[in-house]
Amino acid sequence: MSPASVFVCLSLTLLSDYPVIRVKPDNSGVVTDGVKHSMNPFCEIAVEEAVKLKEKKFIKEVVAVSCGPTQVTETIRTALAMGCDRGIHVEVSGKDYEAMGPLQIAKIFAALAKKEEASLVILGKQAIDDDCNQTGQMTAALLDWPQGTFASEVTIDGEKVKVVREIDGGLETIKISMPAVLTADLRLNTPRYATLPNIMKAKKKKIANMKPADLGVDMVSRVEVLRVDEPPTRLAGVKVETVDDLVAKLKANGTI
Amino acid sequence: GPHLISFLASPSALTGSALFFHYTWRRNCSSAVMPRITSHYTIFPRDKDPRWEGVEMERFADEADVVIVGGGPAGLSAAIRLKQLAKEQEKELRVCLVEKASQIGAHTLSGACLEPSALNELFPDWKERGAPLNTPVTEDLFSILTEKYRIPVPMLPGLPMNNHGNYIVRLGHFVHWLGEQAEELGVEIYPGYAAAEVLFHEDGSVKGIATNDVGIAKDGSPKDVFERGMELHAKVTLFGEGCHGHLAKQLYRQFNLRENCEPQTYAIGLKELWVIDEKKWRPGRVEHSVGWPLNRNTYGGSFLYHLNEGEPLVALGFVVGLDYTNPYLSPFREFQRWKHHPFVAKTLEGGDRIAYGARALNEGGYQCLPKVTFPGGMLIGCSPGFMNVPKIKGTHTAMKSGMLAAEAIFPKVTAEDPASKTAGLHIPEYEDNLKKSWIWKELYAVRNIRPSFHNYFGLYGGMVYTGVFYWILRGKEPWTLKHAGLDSAQLKPAKECTPIEYPKPDGKLSFDLLSSVALSGTNHEGDQPPHLTLKDDSIPVANNLAIYDGPEQRFCPAGVYEYVPLETGEGMRLQINAQNCVHCKTCDIKDPSQNINWVVPEGSGGPAYNGL
Repeated sequence: MSPASVFVCLSLTLLSDYPVIRVKPDNSGVVTDGVKHSMNPFCEIAVEEAVKLKEKKFIKEVVAVSCGPTQVTETIRTALAMGCDRGIHVEVSGKDYEAMGPLQIAKIFAALAKKEEASLVILGKQAIDDDCNQTGQMTAALLDWPQGTFASEVTIDGEKVKVVREIDGGLETIKISMPAVLTADLRLNTPRYATLPNIMKAKKKKIANMKPADLGVDMVSRVEVLRVDEPPTRLAGVKVETVDDLVAKLKANGTI
Repeated sequence: GPHLISFLASPSALTGSALFFHYTWRRNCSSAVMPRITSHYTIFPRDKDPRWEGVEMERFADEADVVIVGGGPAGLSAAIRLKQLAKEQEKELRVCLVEKASQIGAHTLSGACLEPSALNELFPDWKERGAPLNTPVTEDLFSILTEKYRIPVPMLPGLPMNNHGNYIVRLGHFVHWLGEQAEELGVEIYPGYAAAEVLFHEDGSVKGIATNDVGIAKDGSPKDVFERGMELHAKVTLFGEGCHGHLAKQLYRQFNLRENCEPQTYAIGLKELWVIDEKKWRPGRVEHSVGWPLNRNTYGGSFLYHLNEGEPLVALGFVVGLDYTNPYLSPFREFQRWKHHPFVAKTLEGGDRIAYGARALNEGGYQCLPKVTFPGGMLIGCSPGFMNVPKIKGTHTAMKSGMLAAEAIFPKVTAEDPASKTAGLHIPEYEDNLKKSWIWKELYAVRNIRPSFHNYFGLYGGMVYTGVFYWILRGKEPWTLKHAGLDSAQLKPAKECTPIEYPKPDGKLSFDLLSSVALSGTNHEGDQPPHLTLKDDSIPVANNLAIYDGPEQRFCPAGVYEYVPLETGEGMRLQINAQNCVHCKTCDIKDPSQNINWVVPEGSGGPAYNGL
């Protein structure tokens, strides 16, 4: 029996590699107003993998899910334009959104996966703004499903999934049974572009709306952010002429 | 010529004829082998490129009533006005707007002091709708700077620079708000998709546009993810690309729109946002200066506006006329050294720079207005160029031009029978409406101020002219002065000019170019052909470097152009760092060889300005 539906869980992130980020004057967080947001790059890879699996006829339906304020519907539309069949927008805004972390998101995804009887949940391995790398693993734990994280290759084999994982020591191949949670790593695939005709067609695809309360999830955070600071400015380096100078300087500042 | 490199790259190249062509190319290319710079298909067509054989080039097409290129004040005002009219008259109208930035407002950069005249007409209830006009102008200062001192100039009412009744705005945020209003009215807005090509009917009228292709590698070959752009067809297409649009450049030639006007003349504007020491913050204060560090024959000046949006933010910047003659001039470094003037430094000391950007702007005014309508389309906003130069405001006129375009178009596109001779509608009523509007009166009145600068006394002659003729006669003098001609033709050869000694940036008030570019948030997909295309790859070294010492190294505000030594030893080559580009268009304007043709990169690329 090939899996019926695959859930791709998306995150909308601050693109932290090139837009200009600054800390709020009260050090409570980072300024997000007006800053360019888009789909987390690892989530793009997750969407691409799900759509590929559907194109190879291993799965019947791909559902794109994301939690957050209204902005997030644009991200879901991009996923729909890449080939997902329908979307679910779990509305979280204001203070709840600011406090939202991997645990709350994992609870939402786990509740949805159970409700919709998903066979596979695919996420990006981590969000590039917070780099937590926790949501996929927490979702699997809450569902008590096996997990294949840091996937660089995914093959469906009947009721099981073979996952090649990128680990510090090299590559690890595991076989897990479905339903399962997978998280996508960089080399899993190259995501396709969401072309304009597909964006236009995606406007006709359905995005269902719901709130965390509808899924019985409480959004209370057990994490309190005390302070956010900019990294210290780099100090100028010091050039030395000889090895003796270097040793002397290292001794002087207590390094050796 | 360069076709041959692609020929060699394909597997069938190993024939005698290929080697023959290779030798011919090497001989034509002077001493060393220059690595190829340009690979864009606008210079090397794909139908002759063997790497593109068999690639599916068919495009998906869709129809709208009106297509608008550019999500700036003009484009959005036109879209909004069209939908307002449709609602009033209970008619259906499909309006599609494409914008190359990843989100509306991300490529917008301006001072800016907004005159709310056009906004009051478009949305009389703009305040209730939450338009981000948060800073009414409270104080207006004008100075002539010398190296150490400041001469205040009284801001008499009636002078074009007087800002009473205006608002200091972060134009990017204002444009973003306009985008939200447009979407609410049902305009289909597609950010992240650049209009790359104008489409034509068989009768020569404009049929619409095609968006950019994606997935072309840096060497011009197709990648696995290659996808064609799509075609958007419309009864009429509005081009609101802003100052010096790349499609407008093509349309001027195609329809001969500039035969009765002077060539456009431009300036480059560089801008930064600073969070300053609260004690120095004067919300609502507008400061302008002329003079130092520019000499009296180089047009330009500065602005510094104190915003009132909660934190002590100032928007400041420097404008340099692109008709400057010294190839050693660097507008970026003039901007950086201006900040060290005691009058400016005292505001910035202890502050933090949080944003940077740059954009070309129009300086030509009335004398440079082209024909703005042609079969199937029209030009709106800063693209044809309605900026009021002495007022240094163009947003209100850009918006009004968009609104006038909409009002002229609406009856035609909703008519049962548009009675048009061409498949794309030609609507000259837009041009008639412009001529009857306050835009025309305003531009006519100030038409002689900028050109009055072209005299021996330069800046001072211009100020005297403004004081005498504009303030007293309000532009009613019967003559119309001319500009100096094409900006790109103004540079003197380097050997006739003196290099300028710029001070090193101190890292507190002034900064180096690359750390500034980082603050623009600009980025592009790396593996794509450079969008700064050269008609001839050999000209930069042969002409720009040889005669003018490579002025593009200095006038580009993003460090795109670098002359680096050849790896083989003798000689230099031009390196184009296309990823740095902030889409300012200065290179296309100022290149003395007019060899650079700026085209759109893949959509979403470019700066990520946040409220600039």
